[in-house]
Amino acid sequence: MRRFSWVNLLLLLAVLLLAVAPLAFGLGSGEEPFSGADALAEQAIVDDHPDYQPWFSPIYEPPSAELESAFFALQAALGAGLLGYYFGVARTRQRQRDAAGRQRG
Amino acid sequence: MHIAEGYLPPEQAAAWFVVSAPFVVHGSRALVRQVRADPESKLLLGAAGAFTFALSALKIPSVTGSSSHPTGTGLGAVLFRPPVMSVLGGIVLLFQALLLAHGGLSTLGANVFSMAIVGPWVAFGSYTMVRRAGGGMDPAVFAAAALGSLATYGVTVAQLALAFPDPTAGIVGALAKFGGIFAVTQIPLAISEGLLTVLVVRLLSRTSGDELRRLGLLRPAAEVRA
Repeated sequence: MRRFSWVNLLLLLAVLLLAVAPLAFGLGSGEEPFSGADALAEQAIVDDHPDYQPWFSPIYEPPSAELESAFFALQAALGAGLLGYYFGVARTRQRQRDAAGRQRG
Repeated sequence: MHIAEGYLPPEQAAAWFVVSAPFVVHGSRALVRQVRADPESKLLLGAAGAFTFALSALKIPSVTGSSSHPTGTGLGAVLFRPPVMSVLGGIVLLFQALLLAHGGLSTLGANVFSMAIVGPWVAFGSYTMVRRAGGGMDPAVFAAAALGSLATYGVTVAQLALAFPDPTAGIVGALAKFGGIFAVTQIPLAISEGLLTVLVVRLLSRTSGDELRRLGLLRPAAEVRA
């Protein structure tokens, strides 16, 4: 494998390691380990300011945690799908350019 | 970094809309100009949007025992400049507010300010500084994505501290409290985000060299400095 591919692979491995290490070492804490920081901030507000009333509530809320994670998965899939499509197109164009260059060249 | 729906006092929520609006208006104009001037960059623009769309959906566990998500705005900020990201990031936040009850419409102004304005500007500034200092493309992109992500969460901490000062320790105490929730959690995530963005830019430089050159990237560091 060339250096370019090696570096890319190492980058991916490093990202995986950073994500998996906290799980592997069991760093989760509290009632619900690895709950979202956004939710923790909301909880901190509720704890310290019991008299604060949220004055606006979401227009639509996914009815269950399962559906919420489905929406998050949809968001990630759409993003990753479009990104993958881009690289497919870009790679094909690059190859065609290379082939045209060789013919002329 | 999503401040939940209704969790900013009305006057502050309104103030953040007022602060963010000019950036988004200016950004929309920049986006239209970009597409008109270089229609071929549309696909890459979509890819930059897709990157923040995908990354901001990923909640990743962190060393603090909680989890949080990257923002993915650094890539577009480096490729297309920050104004364009105020629109793309705003679209992502709007999607999450409407369908996921994540963030909110009332807090959209504040969340746009942190994720779609300050994050991208810090990213672009970091990229430019590393390049001017003679740094290569990869370190510059890493600094952009990682520092942009941290800056976004820093703004959220400040916004929450202003809105909810600690009952005993005031705004400073609240900064420490919300900082404790977000800042350390975000450090490994910012590193991950930096590495992923470097990976995408490396792949782009292989497949889309012409596009990147048209956008003024891929110049050797010496030329950037000049």
